[in-house]
Amino acid sequence: MSRITREEVANLARLARLDLAEAELDEYAKQLEIILESVAKVGEVATADVKPMSHATGLVNIFREDKVETSLDREEILKSAPATEDFRFRVPRILDEE
Amino acid sequence: MSDLTKLSAFELSQQLQAGSVSAEEVTNAHLDRIEELDKKVQSFLHIDKTGALKQAKEVDSKRKEKQKLSKLAGVPLALKDVLTQKDVPTTCGSKILEGWLPPYDSTVVKNLKNAGIVILGKTNMDEFAMGSSTENSAYFSTKNPWDLTKIPGGSSGGSSAAVSAFFAPLSIGTDTGGSIRQPAAVTGIVGAKPTYGGVSRYGLVAFASSLDQAGPFARTVLDCAMLHEVMAGHDPKDSTSINQRVPDVVAAAQMQDVKGMKIGYIKELNGKGWQPGVINRFNESIELLKSMGAEVKEISLPHSIYALATYYLIAPSEASSNLARFDGMRYGLRVDDGNSSAEEVMNKTREKGFGKEVKRRIMIGTYALSSGYYDAYYAQAQKVRALIAQDLTDAFKEVDVLISPTSPTTAWGLGERVNDPMAMYLADLATLPPSLAGIPAMSVPIGLADEDKLPVGLQIIAPFMQDDRMYRVGGAVEASLKSKWNGLLIDQIPTLGGAS
Repeated sequence: MSRITREEVANLARLARLDLAEAELDEYAKQLEIILESVAKVGEVATADVKPMSHATGLVNIFREDKVETSLDREEILKSAPATEDFRFRVPRILDEE
Repeated sequence: MSDLTKLSAFELSQQLQAGSVSAEEVTNAHLDRIEELDKKVQSFLHIDKTGALKQAKEVDSKRKEKQKLSKLAGVPLALKDVLTQKDVPTTCGSKILEGWLPPYDSTVVKNLKNAGIVILGKTNMDEFAMGSSTENSAYFSTKNPWDLTKIPGGSSGGSSAAVSAFFAPLSIGTDTGGSIRQPAAVTGIVGAKPTYGGVSRYGLVAFASSLDQAGPFARTVLDCAMLHEVMAGHDPKDSTSINQRVPDVVAAAQMQDVKGMKIGYIKELNGKGWQPGVINRFNESIELLKSMGAEVKEISLPHSIYALATYYLIAPSEASSNLARFDGMRYGLRVDDGNSSAEEVMNKTREKGFGKEVKRRIMIGTYALSSGYYDAYYAQAQKVRALIAQDLTDAFKEVDVLISPTSPTTAWGLGERVNDPMAMYLADLATLPPSLAGIPAMSVPIGLADEDKLPVGLQIIAPFMQDDRMYRVGGAVEASLKSKWNGLLIDQIPTLGGAS
């Protein structure tokens, strides 16, 4: 089990889109190390022939008839949006300006 | 306390059906008590007085018109703030959803409304259901009505506190790794996690999709079963919903007989780290079950010792993916100075909108799913999960149900574990194996611990889609203890003050 450095925390935060404050990097480095060391215990179990379990029901590929149904009202949904324009979500720029 | 708030949902339903009381009176009695005393307990994030009274009056007028009504029509309920209710604030205990008004009802809420159940408001919770004390709520901490300096359990602590404080006879929680059963145990009430897939997850804001399950809280096993029956059933809107008949939990809750049943107590969930008062009450309930004619023996679940590690890899992994939807683009909080790119806005919104524990779990999940670590962490955890589930399947070849204490300790002091995430995670030790296996489990009160006079819960675990079996055992234990104590455990709760 390798140590969790503040650089690793910064990288995880970048992947998870979290703009962590400097002070948080140290705090999380310490805590994540303790937690990850503890959960690494799963490695003790011999699992060579075990099929991974993703959920409990065993259900696969649930289909429905391809029928048109009424969905949620557009205006109702946009009511709670942070910003809208012309009945659409308005989002900040996604490309650099240059 | 008004007599109406003391009654169980079953008793209220009898009076409502007889016409000796109206739904409006019942609703007002509970709203009055909330108004007077919730400032002490802080179980509600939002009280929907107008909506609740409107629902109650609708039930009353339907009853006057002799329309057919469900048994629980007119009975009030408190709803965990993780289930959407149309046009009623739904925050998940997070600042990132502050002010959001859902444009739709969750299926659970739809089922409640169809049954005429009156929704009083939304209850406090650990942010996105991550926690065991409700202290991770971004708004405030809920207090345990047995002792206002203690935690009410979590993550459904607002719901457990509301029912134990007699603010509502029924409430709804969600359970991913114990978030219904542990709060029920530490507040001296009944709480059940149905079989995974038994209750629709449509409109349940996702934490860990393969584990999340909504379920009932109540002060009696029968009330819990009646609410379970209303909530459960197949829903085409949830592709993991099970298309089978709902087990007859209500009949099972009323059997009050365990003669000839085979019951196993779990060897590994005992010993070091377990509070002696919890173990004492648990050992007494083993003796009680024997005296009632059950055959009780020890069962070993060898892989259960890995449940904590397995869960704290799988749940954060799923959470890191599920919580990616909170990006500040379509609903909820957006932190935008007007000059930032979409990506910068996302980073800032998520940093500001999520609390410490949520960020911690998102990063653990991100780590466990990242290339280089995936096989050793997430993939390995999924395999160990299969072995934990297999242990339980094997156990049920020998016994009808399994039992353990619900939680290693009684309610601890507010603030005691907030800076120690691992100590907080240990509260889930006993509740995790059935969660990982997707099987039903419930907690029923079995007395107060000697050391601190706080409630202890018995966990009863049943096989997949055999939820009725746990209600049968729970109902029998409750009936036997009730005659011993001359009432329910919750009747021993200290008064909260007010006009009682």
